[in-house]
Amino acid sequence: MLQIRWHSRAGQGAVTGAKALADVMARTGKYVQAYSVYGAEKRGAPMTAYDKIDDKPILDHSKWMTPDYVLVIDPSLVFQEEIVDNTTDDTIFIVTSHMDKDDLLSIAKHLQGKKVYVIDAIKISQEEIGRAIPNTPMLGAFIKVSGIIPFEDFLTSIEDILSKFPRKIIDGNLRAIKRAYEEVK
Amino acid sequence: MAERYELKQKEVWDGNMAASHALRQAQVDVVAAYPITPSTPIVQNYAQFLADGYVDGEFVMVESEHSAMSACVGAAAAGGRVATATSSQGYALMVEVLYQASGMRLPIVMTVVNRALASPLNIHGDHGDLYLGRDAGWIHLIANNPQEAYDMTLCAFKIAEDERVRLPVTTNQDGFLVSHTAQVVEPLQDEVAYKFIGDYKPMNPMLDTKNPVTYGAQTEEEWHFEFKASQHKALMESPVVIDEVFEAFEKLTGRKYNRVETYKLDDAEIALVIMGSAYETAMVAVDKAREEGIKVGLLMPRTFRPFPYNEIAEKLKNVKAIAALDRNAPMGAMGALYNEVSGALAANGQSAIMTNYIYGLGGRDITAEHILEVIKETEKNAKAGKRVTDLQGFINLRGPKLSFN
Repeated sequence: MLQIRWHSRAGQGAVTGAKALADVMARTGKYVQAYSVYGAEKRGAPMTAYDKIDDKPILDHSKWMTPDYVLVIDPSLVFQEEIVDNTTDDTIFIVTSHMDKDDLLSIAKHLQGKKVYVIDAIKISQEEIGRAIPNTPMLGAFIKVSGIIPFEDFLTSIEDILSKFPRKIIDGNLRAIKRAYEEVK
Repeated sequence: MAERYELKQKEVWDGNMAASHALRQAQVDVVAAYPITPSTPIVQNYAQFLADGYVDGEFVMVESEHSAMSACVGAAAAGGRVATATSSQGYALMVEVLYQASGMRLPIVMTVVNRALASPLNIHGDHGDLYLGRDAGWIHLIANNPQEAYDMTLCAFKIAEDERVRLPVTTNQDGFLVSHTAQVVEPLQDEVAYKFIGDYKPMNPMLDTKNPVTYGAQTEEEWHFEFKASQHKALMESPVVIDEVFEAFEKLTGRKYNRVETYKLDDAEIALVIMGSAYETAMVAVDKAREEGIKVGLLMPRTFRPFPYNEIAEKLKNVKAIAALDRNAPMGAMGALYNEVSGALAANGQSAIMTNYIYGLGGRDITAEHILEVIKETEKNAKAGKRVTDLQGFINLRGPKLSFN
């Protein structure tokens, strides 16, 4: 089972991102769970969302997981040590930051020795979508790093999932995803 | 005429979305609701369906849950198909009217997203509200995942409205663990789902003014007992209809539901009785335990009411020790599942060793590892041939160990 944990602030779209990824993977015949851990917090509070992806139905409804991937979509949460909780040496971190990896790791010491990829999902979403909603660019980065499905297949599915939105929003998200796919490192 | 909703063969829905689509497909005449976490999206989605032209019926926004259930009672007595949704404090505020609805034999369907009762305030899942409504005279169906939340809601209409039943039904799903967890759901197309439920058949509708009827009459010692006994009889005899509906549903979908669900119980020496999403987590624990050579199985009442006493006793007749796990604060007693299962065994002359565990209050996580510990403790009782563990234990509770004997 592939396990993914998102770190976000409420309102940045981690739940939507986790559900979109689950939807994409379900279309390839996988079984999925996408959920989040809510408090009674308000917009802006730190929160986590989760994806589980497997070849057989997922029965475990506990919230606990050892993530294979940790996706951090808020640049300030990168500095919170909680992002390494329950991870292993093999866990891959994809984090949002305007800093390059070396500068980031010199401050975020808890990420030293970890497998870390950096993408400026905030800047990309602001420039391509017009709002700081870093969830879809993070998905682009995740597809690049994980290679979980061919990028073209991902784009086809995500365009369909976004089809309830106006064309301008869809195009902005697709541009953001493609840019993140290219720029993650 | 409501528009047809385009559905894929497989959708990725959370339990709330699944319940909303089932309500939409049932083409309910009146939904009266007051949204409350975590069932809010059911009402919200339904209102969206209405605004987008997918629903013909009325949606009544009210000022409280007491009013929501009161409006449901009025609309159902008038002769319409009626549904609502609630959780926790909203459920608590409805309680007075829940008894009215069942006493008037109104086949209202309520999708309940189970959540803890305050105080302290908590928005997460446990069975406090389900247990609160236990004696209200409703049929209570349990769904463990979004697919089941959808399936049980479709079945609920067909069970409630059958002329041999005519009782209100709740469909229960765990708050957040099911309601906000997106999983693969295979829905029926609109016309197939509606055909399964069928057209609503009014019985003694108040709007039939040529045949005036009274609902909620006063009955004192001369008739009250007979009314309540006849209501209880309808509930006790509803399994015939529930079984028929589950069978028809299996023929349509291939998905088989039973009033008593079991997992690997046939050759089991010990059993866990557990209800809700944790039943599925427990399956993972059972598989692990069996790898270690422990012959353990699971049992879940799919219908919490009517409680399937004799069927449960029959299924548990070969086990030596049983742990009943309740997701509710028992407050001065053993948990309800412990009591019901013990009673079922006693009534059939069975004497498996019974213990009780309390877990998951206010959304506290329960993992397969936690359940594996319970399995190992229960095995100790089976091996000793008597109870050597605590009568009531608490799973994943912080602080010093708490238990009662």
